[in-house]
Amino acid sequence: MRQRFRFHPCGNYKDRYEDELTVFETDFGRLWAIVGLLVLLCFAPFVLSRYMLYIVNTIGIMSMAAIGLNILIGYTGLISLGHGAFVGVGAYAAAILATRWNLPILVTLPAAGIITALLGMVFGIPSVRLKGLYLTIATIAGQFIIEYVLVHWDALTMGTMGITLPFPSFFGYEISGDRGFFYLIFTCLILMVFLAINLMRSKYGRAFVAVRDNDRAAEGMGIPIFRYKLLSFGVSSFYAGCAGALWAYYMMSITTEPFNLMLSVEFIAMVIIGGLGSISGSIFGAVFITSLNEILRWLTDWAMNTGALGDFGLNLAPLREFVFGLAIVLFILFEPRGIAELWRIVRSNFRLWPFPY
Amino acid sequence: MEFFIQLLINGLSIGFLYGLSAMGFVMIFKSSSVLNFAHGELLAMGAFIFLTLVTWANLPIWLAFLVTLLGCFILGFIVERLFLRPLIGEPLIFVIMLTVGLASMFKGLMLLLWGGNLRTYPDFLPQWLGLTFGYVTVPPVYVMALIIGVVFLALFGLFFKYSSQGIYMRSVADNQKAALSLGVHVRKVFALSWGIAALVAGMSGIVLGIINGINVHDLSAIGLKVFPVVILGGLDSIVGAVIGGIIIGLLETFTGGYLSPSLRDVVPYIVLVFILLVKPYGLFGLVEIERV
Repeated sequence: MRQRFRFHPCGNYKDRYEDELTVFETDFGRLWAIVGLLVLLCFAPFVLSRYMLYIVNTIGIMSMAAIGLNILIGYTGLISLGHGAFVGVGAYAAAILATRWNLPILVTLPAAGIITALLGMVFGIPSVRLKGLYLTIATIAGQFIIEYVLVHWDALTMGTMGITLPFPSFFGYEISGDRGFFYLIFTCLILMVFLAINLMRSKYGRAFVAVRDNDRAAEGMGIPIFRYKLLSFGVSSFYAGCAGALWAYYMMSITTEPFNLMLSVEFIAMVIIGGLGSISGSIFGAVFITSLNEILRWLTDWAMNTGALGDFGLNLAPLREFVFGLAIVLFILFEPRGIAELWRIVRSNFRLWPFPY
Repeated sequence: MEFFIQLLINGLSIGFLYGLSAMGFVMIFKSSSVLNFAHGELLAMGAFIFLTLVTWANLPIWLAFLVTLLGCFILGFIVERLFLRPLIGEPLIFVIMLTVGLASMFKGLMLLLWGGNLRTYPDFLPQWLGLTFGYVTVPPVYVMALIIGVVFLALFGLFFKYSSQGIYMRSVADNQKAALSLGVHVRKVFALSWGIAALVAGMSGIVLGIINGINVHDLSAIGLKVFPVVILGGLDSIVGAVIGGIIIGLLETFTGGYLSPSLRDVVPYIVLVFILLVKPYGLFGLVEIERV
């Protein structure tokens, strides 16, 4: 008997493995997801102001990178503090391919992803012998080494001068302006989210989770953990590389400056605040951190320009760093499973109202 | 030859400072296996508290030094009590990220309170402390750093080997559950070790501040330089921290002197990757063999 519409049952009634693998638990959820996407794609670029659209685009790029990091940290349990540098590698790969060989974006975007993925796998090699703390320290070293190479390999990366990119073009149609980029970025993001969700439902995703939960047991059950750890590094860096390439095109010129350890920390903060091991969580995290950054920047600008708080307002810039750290600390202490978990609780409260469970 | 000797002296002294800064880091790792990313900020905190006490409150140097150490001890205690204790038994990533968040918080706080400019202490070290060997001179600060370092090293060696608290700390580091079941007050040990580690960090912060001037960004960067040092020496060995610090310091100055000044800051991390691949537990670290 085929069920026409599925609604949320009050309890866990899954009796087949396929039920555990569904993306949308109810048809209602699928409907809302489609409606939400349509509203975003049809109205957002025309209703929002340029500044707001810029923020939305940034969130799109950041979400892509955060999903990559979540695959590595949340699903495979490998903590990397070098993700910012990988985004930088992707940005530079795209910029160099686009300026040296005049390649179109259809080539440079995947190429940047693949180059970054290969590099990510090289830096994943230490995970043969290292786990936990030691691996984290190795990725910090990776961050500094990549940063150094980007700054000092003048012949390729133009060093501190940076590279200016041409407008990307799609089949003769030149993409310029925030609106064009909005569609470019969000098409890529939707594709990447689709890919990530389905990857996590497959054999590979389950192997990642097994490695995270207990690597010895995973090895004992016949999962070659080293291969899967490398694969996870590769996939995660692929996402970082694509995000970096889009970043490079969107910002039009890149320097090495933004791709520092602070960016890596920001990505980890997104993943933790959003929710470890949750694709939607990575997007929530990207939204949260990017908005927090923008709100704090706006607040400090306002305090400086109006002189509202007198001399104190002028010194308010470091407040951004403080609030950023505070947000991470509070989330870890009070809601370690992140916004994704909060969202789940809110949803189930609505669903079950007026009953407590 | 003269250049070589000057580099050697520079390397030794910088390395010794690295070792000194790494000691507090190793303390925390040894007793609670927490990788402290906020270590650089703890160093800076000590340096700034001392600065405030000396210049603003006009305390005599020895009193300011003691009050700073006490303040840092209390700070470490509070950090452990408020932030680290709820995370006992949580996954590693949360603990690491918590210290990263703390680092960001402390950095912002210090920038708010003291600004980002370079500050210096008033000159208070007597000149007779400086040493001269032929044409090589060692400034008084380095001599003082050496004295402080050796004293602290000896104190810690004795503390860990003979005092009951030190033995508790080692037992907790070795096996938390076994220590608990044998009646060791694990939470007290954690609090104490954070307090002591912050104290050591504050002390090294003061020494670094005397030598390089006090700047939030520079001091917190040293907190990251600590990683190659402790990995080389072994994450849980205090002697290893000092020796690792000296090796890394020598390596840095020699690369800076003979190869290229820009390579100087990356060399420790390149070395770090190699050590991790070849000998992950460092020179003096405890080897935990696990074959998976």
